[in-house]
Amino acid sequence: MMNKRGKNILSGERFGLTLTRLCHQIIEHYPKFDNLCLIGIQESGVRFGERIRSILSTLVDKQEIPFGKLDITFFRDDFRRRDEPISAKPTEIDFLIEGKTVLLVDDVLYSGRTIHAAMTALQQFGRPDKIELMVLVDRRFNRHFPIEADYVGITVDALDQAYVRVDWKEEEGKDRIMFYATERK
Amino acid sequence: MADKALSTKHLLGIKYITREDIALIFETAKEFKQVINRPIKKVPSLRDITIANLFFENSTRTKLSFELAEKRLSADVINFSSSSSSVKKGETLLDTVNNILSMKVDMVVMRHPAPGAPMFLSKHIDASIINAGDGTHEHPTQALLDAFSMQEAIGDLTGKRIVIVGDITHSRVALSNIYCLQKLGAEVMVSGPPTLIPQDIGALGVRVEYDVKKALEWCDIANVLRIQLERQNIKYIPSLREYSAYYGIDKRLLDSISKKITIMHPGPINRGVELSSDVADSDQSIILQQVENGVAIRMAVLFLVAGLKQ
Repeated sequence: MMNKRGKNILSGERFGLTLTRLCHQIIEHYPKFDNLCLIGIQESGVRFGERIRSILSTLVDKQEIPFGKLDITFFRDDFRRRDEPISAKPTEIDFLIEGKTVLLVDDVLYSGRTIHAAMTALQQFGRPDKIELMVLVDRRFNRHFPIEADYVGITVDALDQAYVRVDWKEEEGKDRIMFYATERK
Repeated sequence: MADKALSTKHLLGIKYITREDIALIFETAKEFKQVINRPIKKVPSLRDITIANLFFENSTRTKLSFELAEKRLSADVINFSSSSSSVKKGETLLDTVNNILSMKVDMVVMRHPAPGAPMFLSKHIDASIINAGDGTHEHPTQALLDAFSMQEAIGDLTGKRIVIVGDITHSRVALSNIYCLQKLGAEVMVSGPPTLIPQDIGALGVRVEYDVKKALEWCDIANVLRIQLERQNIKYIPSLREYSAYYGIDKRLLDSISKKITIMHPGPINRGVELSSDVADSDQSIILQQVENGVAIRMAVLFLVAGLKQ
């Protein structure tokens, strides 16, 4: 059933449906996109956010939602504690989030540390009214922080050593979510 | 693209780092430059790190720039200057530093009048060392911020022509600049009075031009150095006035050459000696951008050196 090459848990039409459903949920909550902005977390969250934004523009013929890219490298709490080096990626937020509703977008919610760092990083751009979280994959039961997502694509129950990867058409040629029982390599 | 790390745990000089290291420092500095232009200029990266700034020689801007960079990264900072320390009482460099390190300091930023002092220290202590200038040897962060500012001004430096004008013999900025620019693929020329250019500088692969007008005509960017009065125990030039007449760069000289070049200066400027005020304050000069970039480059260096797992 599952091999070393991993198991495909979401792809093709269902993948597209999930993204569309998430967009409809946003529209349901914010019919006029009032004061709403999308911020994708580098790097996968940015791709996810861009996709959501382009689907939204086909569903609703309104003004575009402001979209920003956030890099959390300088805000991580595992600096000097990890074996692998990390490099900074661009942060591009050319609007103030003061008084806005920020919808943070990331591909996989796992320990919650990335989101924790992202919320610290967001403080540099003003005081938002509210921050919500949208993830494509929610690995519940693996959390290190009391952080939950408001919009979830798919929920995965997995052991700590498991690994979930999201592939995007733009980069890997197809949209899919892969599940590996043990960490790659 | 895989995430990268520096190839060395110290920054002793540009000679000892690779082109990839320089590229990584620049990429990181670009992000830090954004950070320091936001309303909130601080990031928490180095919050559990203590850095000692050991300045055994006077410095204003380098020290300020390092201290600001450290504080923007949320590091704890202790400062030391030799004029008010036990060095005056005869303590050795190694003893001084070991005493400071026993207070659990993680990194040392050091300026020292003796060339090679940071290299010596790196062989005897565990903490990472950033060279903030060692005598007439190297000043790596200055060279990095110079090259970074040049890239901002004219793009990729491959094949670009840079001239360094002034006191090459006594300048650590010149040596670090030469290494750095060559690693980035630029052509380097030095220009100045023959007494202030080392005779065998050709061995470094740089051109020499004693006529400053010809040098300016050749280059895309001129990095103009300060005449270091404090390092001239013997007379290398007859007078400042004569230096200024032959090697000083003023608006008239700049206007007389066929293209518009960029002017840089590591500071502090002796106005009216190596640069006239109308040049230093003109739109061809990027001197203040250099200072701004200095903080971002130093943040990048500290961040990358500190990020290596200890």
